[in-house]
Amino acid sequence: MSSDEDESMSEQEEQTKSGKEDNGSVLDYIMSLESVPSKLPPHLELLKTRVLCKIDAPQHTDTIQYSGAYAALGVDNSIRLDNFRQNFKVQVNRLTEDDIEFDMIGIDPALANAFRRILIAEVPTMAIERIYMANNTSVIQDEVLSHRLGLIPIGADPRLFEYPENAGNEKNEKNTIVFKLHVRCERQQPRITVKSNELKWLPNGSELPSEDIKPNSSSKPKTFTSFSCSQDSLPEFSGNPIAPRNLDIILAKLGPGQEIELEAHAVKGIGRTHAKWSPVATAWYRMLPEVVLLKEVEDELAEELKNKCPVGVFDIEDIGKGRKRATVARPRSCTLCRECIRGGKEWEDRVALRRVKDHFIFTVESTGALPPEVLFTEAVKILEEKCERVITELS
Amino acid sequence: MELGSYSDQSKSTFSLADEDHTIANAVRFTLNQDPRVTFCGYSIPHPSDNRVNIRVQTTGDSAREVLKDACQDLMQMCQHVRSTFDKSVNDYKMSKTVKDMDIK
Repeated sequence: MSSDEDESMSEQEEQTKSGKEDNGSVLDYIMSLESVPSKLPPHLELLKTRVLCKIDAPQHTDTIQYSGAYAALGVDNSIRLDNFRQNFKVQVNRLTEDDIEFDMIGIDPALANAFRRILIAEVPTMAIERIYMANNTSVIQDEVLSHRLGLIPIGADPRLFEYPENAGNEKNEKNTIVFKLHVRCERQQPRITVKSNELKWLPNGSELPSEDIKPNSSSKPKTFTSFSCSQDSLPEFSGNPIAPRNLDIILAKLGPGQEIELEAHAVKGIGRTHAKWSPVATAWYRMLPEVVLLKEVEDELAEELKNKCPVGVFDIEDIGKGRKRATVARPRSCTLCRECIRGGKEWEDRVALRRVKDHFIFTVESTGALPPEVLFTEAVKILEEKCERVITELS
Repeated sequence: MELGSYSDQSKSTFSLADEDHTIANAVRFTLNQDPRVTFCGYSIPHPSDNRVNIRVQTTGDSAREVLKDACQDLMQMCQHVRSTFDKSVNDYKMSKTVKDMDIK
């Protein structure tokens, strides 16, 4: 142990002595001291855990990941697994059918960002990949209509399907969902709007013949899929038929005499290939804002501060004798517009805007194929699988 | 794929195909947490290649083992995140159903 530490220990010892005058408790205190100090001095702790949002630019935005970063101070910077387990917290703020907002506390941005990236680009969903256009006399071109169809969220659990590559690109009941769209606007009738509810699920697979029908062949003509059984006979789909998640998406408009007839094949894929397979409308996080009043802000200044903030972070409390004092009532709604520290050096000295580096407010908006909370657990599972892959490749 | 030397196994570059920042940055974080690591970093040599190179240099242990341990750590962290998250979601759902019942 260094002589410096010895000195600080004896100082603390003296302090406790003068405070309690009890030799037994002093001994207990000394025994409870760790040989390695686990806490940084407060000014370094602040720079390590907070981003300081100054008037011109944020400061100390990086996270200190290196385990030996504070070795010179005798402080261990590594996050041990049991330590992580103790400190990591999740608090759900909002959970609906389509979106979730939760606080993730005690995690490095490297991990939080990995989850976000996986949610957007690597959690699989089902999306329409191939269109067989039998007839299209509408004004919308084949390729534009096909693209629109591709973007429709399909209400089918992707975990029940396989990737088409696994079956050697053979389309069977395990990797393909077939929809039919056939709409016609009769002559002398008003124009009609084709919506996604017109997409009808074909549990038996494609109905379009893939080769010319021979006039005197008794066998059924070959189609674009080879289903061995009907999908609605499978236990997971009997009772809840597959359909687009939203039934009111406008696909095209038809004038009198126009017609669209097509078949759409949906397959499993990931958002990295094409955004239509992304299971989230978006997934993002922000760091928790922290607003601190460094000095008492009173009377007219309190009023001014309250009016400066466009999102109402500050509030005013009465402290008696007709005097008022500003308080930080809603730091969470702070957007870091920095309006409160604008207006001269004196305001920068009164208010400190910070962000907590390891506290993430995570929001996931699902497109509907899977509930948002399931999406997040799937994302974490995918990261685990990636690690496993690396481990097996290295062994 | 590992690129290193047989005589000195404490430094190696690992090339992971079909991976990107997602795992490389997360693994770099866990590698940095390991006191045996003297240097670690990653690069994506070309944005069109689906490949990431992770460089690991250690104080003496085999770089391969250290990287494996880092992946193991990351996996355990993920497992903990998943169980904590599931628990919080369940708690939230429970409290919500109780609240809904109160309204009726």
